[in-house]
Amino acid sequence: MEAKDYLKDIQDIKQMMSQSSRFISLSGLSGILAGIYSLIGAWFAYKTIYFDTSTMGSYKSLIISYEAVVKLFIIAASVIVLSIITGLVLSLQKAKKANESLWNPTSKRLLINFLIPLLTGGFFILFLIEKEMLSIIAPLMLIFYGMACLNASKYTLGDVRYLGITMIILGLLSTWFLGYGLLFWALGFGVCHIIYGALMYFKYDRN
Amino acid sequence: MKNLIQNINKAFDHRIRLGIMSVLMVNESADFTMLKELLGVTDGNLASHIKALETENYIIIEKQFIGKKPNTSYRATVDGKKAFKDHIDALEKLIQNS
Repeated sequence: MEAKDYLKDIQDIKQMMSQSSRFISLSGLSGILAGIYSLIGAWFAYKTIYFDTSTMGSYKSLIISYEAVVKLFIIAASVIVLSIITGLVLSLQKAKKANESLWNPTSKRLLINFLIPLLTGGFFILFLIEKEMLSIIAPLMLIFYGMACLNASKYTLGDVRYLGITMIILGLLSTWFLGYGLLFWALGFGVCHIIYGALMYFKYDRN
Repeated sequence: MKNLIQNINKAFDHRIRLGIMSVLMVNESADFTMLKELLGVTDGNLASHIKALETENYIIIEKQFIGKKPNTSYRATVDGKKAFKDHIDALEKLIQNS
């Protein structure tokens, strides 16, 4: 009888420690949707880049016009904005259900630690675009996003860590197979998001 | 067995105090509202348990202003952290022994 009480104490302690230091209202479903947006975005990007006879892998002969760059930029921005909105809305719903506020010390910490590597990468890539070094942009996006996930994983559901590691590996592979950036991009931001989102959805959200 | 029970700290023998210490073990500091939301207790209830932990010197209270708003935050002392660790170790041993 007594021992049971103590066991409950320990469980309470554990739960309180993770609840107060990790943001657990992150929605798995939003990961799935972000993945789908990315795949759609990748499809439009493919249409924009490979509009003529050039095929994937032939990056050496590929010439991207200024208009195409602008178009790609718009596609990327819409995917990001849509993903952020979806993530916010679904996480807000989940937080409401758990009687947690969305804007609390844990979510603040999560956001800051996620944004530091991400914005570093973002500016780095913008400078590269300005210098017209376009070929390594896709790998770098994957790598920096992976690092952002890795960094943020300490403050949210642990699965984000593995998403981050997968992204980094894909980014490195993509650097090796340079002409297939878009393919790796779709694999990382699309397929990986869907897989990990579904994993988290079934693990945490369903009940 | 007697030895084990001795390490069980009376100051932590309450769900709310246990909760406050748990939060302060993994967070550098926490303010009143955060503790209240996490533990789901009333102001008065929380305040009395905070007071109890403070008199044991397990936590310290820091008052400061954020803009014009007064903000009270709490952090665990070195003594408090050690006492809490000992308490958890004692709990674990008790469970293993039973």
